[in-house]
Amino acid sequence: MQLLGWLGRRVGAAAILLWLVATAIFIAIRLIPGDPAEAIMGGPGSQASAEALEAAREQYHLNDPMLVQYGLYLVQLVTGDLGTSYTQHRPVVDVMAEALPATLRLTLVSLLVAWGIAFIMASIAARSNRIGQATGTVIEVVAAAVPHFWLGAMLIIIFSTWLGWLPAVDTGTTIGMILPAITLAIPLSGFLAQIMRDSLVTAMNSPFALAARARGASKGQVFLRHGFRHAALPALNLTGWAVATSMSGAVVVEEVFARPGLGRSLLGAVLSRDMPMVTGIALFSALIYMVVMLLVEAIEALINPAASRGEHQ
Amino acid sequence: MSRTAKVFGLVFVSLIVVAAFFPGVLAPNNPLAVDPAEAFQTPSLDHPFGTDESGRDVYTRVIHGTADSLTIGISATALGMGIAILLAVVAAFGPRWIDATVLRLLEVLYAIPALLLALLIIAFTGPGTTPAIIAVGLSTAPGYARLIRTQLWTLVNSEMFDAATVLGHSQWQKVRNHLIPNTLSTLLALITLGIGQAVIWASALSFLGLGTPPPAPEWGAMLAHGRTYLHFAWWMTVFPGVAIVIIAAGATLLGRSVTRSSA
Repeated sequence: MQLLGWLGRRVGAAAILLWLVATAIFIAIRLIPGDPAEAIMGGPGSQASAEALEAAREQYHLNDPMLVQYGLYLVQLVTGDLGTSYTQHRPVVDVMAEALPATLRLTLVSLLVAWGIAFIMASIAARSNRIGQATGTVIEVVAAAVPHFWLGAMLIIIFSTWLGWLPAVDTGTTIGMILPAITLAIPLSGFLAQIMRDSLVTAMNSPFALAARARGASKGQVFLRHGFRHAALPALNLTGWAVATSMSGAVVVEEVFARPGLGRSLLGAVLSRDMPMVTGIALFSALIYMVVMLLVEAIEALINPAASRGEHQ
Repeated sequence: MSRTAKVFGLVFVSLIVVAAFFPGVLAPNNPLAVDPAEAFQTPSLDHPFGTDESGRDVYTRVIHGTADSLTIGISATALGMGIAILLAVVAAFGPRWIDATVLRLLEVLYAIPALLLALLIIAFTGPGTTPAIIAVGLSTAPGYARLIRTQLWTLVNSEMFDAATVLGHSQWQKVRNHLIPNTLSTLLALITLGIGQAVIWASALSFLGLGTPPPAPEWGAMLAHGRTYLHFAWWMTVFPGVAIVIIAAGATLLGRSVTRSSA
């Protein structure tokens, strides 16, 4: 029961946050200069007639008072309707449903890869001598400092132009996803490894690690049972941020590899001022962020029951 | 920090300062000078980083681009930090409801991915160098504000602060004696880290065609440009990117050493 109450409160808070994000986006988009009717008719260059513009305004409820538009917008959102794309003249939900799986696959795979690389880097660095540690730091920092678009370009040069092993353009095949996923994962793994290693070193030098060794546990056992648990928590805490960053990174990576997905749709929507599309994708990213944060809290409660007992009260 | 690391750091910073303020010392040629006969030269002694499609020397352009790219990074960080400090101070010292409002606002902004926020801002302002600065500054502010507010809040509610209140110290004395010394190193570290990240973000925007337009030797713009010729003129893309990585990684290492040495 306690857990249900906790979950209820969290979901409620997330819903309020989502409403605030939706309102902020609504206001922001109304502030953007330019006539939305023109964007619907294909941009300022389209030379649409006055009647056509008026018809577009009527169709998209642009003549109604602001509050009516806002009300309509909220009602639509609640029913899962994100409106019609200005440029594609199809429901935003449909366009997003098409683009989403590719982006979701890319983000998930890169998150897993990033976690894997970060874990390996952190455990090697945490157990090596001073020179090893310093080298580890430099590798982590450089990995975190590499811009996605440049890393993507480098991987294309090496693996596609020079070696010819992997395709430079991602058409949605598994083999095509290898380079984009690595591109998205490496900078993230640099950040995660820095955080993980700091807590790994602290954990391995703490009294409970020594006590476990004294009880006869092997170094590897202590590492996995105590060290890793401690190292995973702060990095896990960052997962919400990591997902949000991956979504940002996906915009760039999808562009570099000409890979269809949500990020490229967003870029196109921003460039063509397709506001329903921008709103839809922004809201959806916020939703994903919140769901991930909820999941992270739940997983944290599993790894560290003490913290969750504090939460439930 | 070891001696070698200090020397290395010093040399690194001085080289960057020279490249930013006196690029002519390291690269005496004109970064915009076109020479069609020299187009697409592979790296050689004459052109250590090769030349681009108009025969411009990539090495000269990378060196001269330092000022542009750093200015964008520093301005964006200054803007983001300024807003963040303002919000954090208002939240930490203001009445409860202001704190709650600011926190809510930050949560809302934080839930929208940073690049998306930057794209929204550019949709509002149109592309260009100044819009890129504003976009990167505003979209990084929520993250900074959260960090600074947490730190201020801990300090304001610390025993040290209570003790100062009991001793009858004025607000200003408390701020001067406790708040500023205890937040300065965090701020400095955040700023150096932030500049590195801002350089990356700003070049990402240029890369997407939303930041500094060509032919300015800004690194992101150079990358975007080099992409067209990626399959045969790799040097046009490799070297500007190396410059970005060096600045961003250098800034991070500097930021970390600031944190370590003051801890």
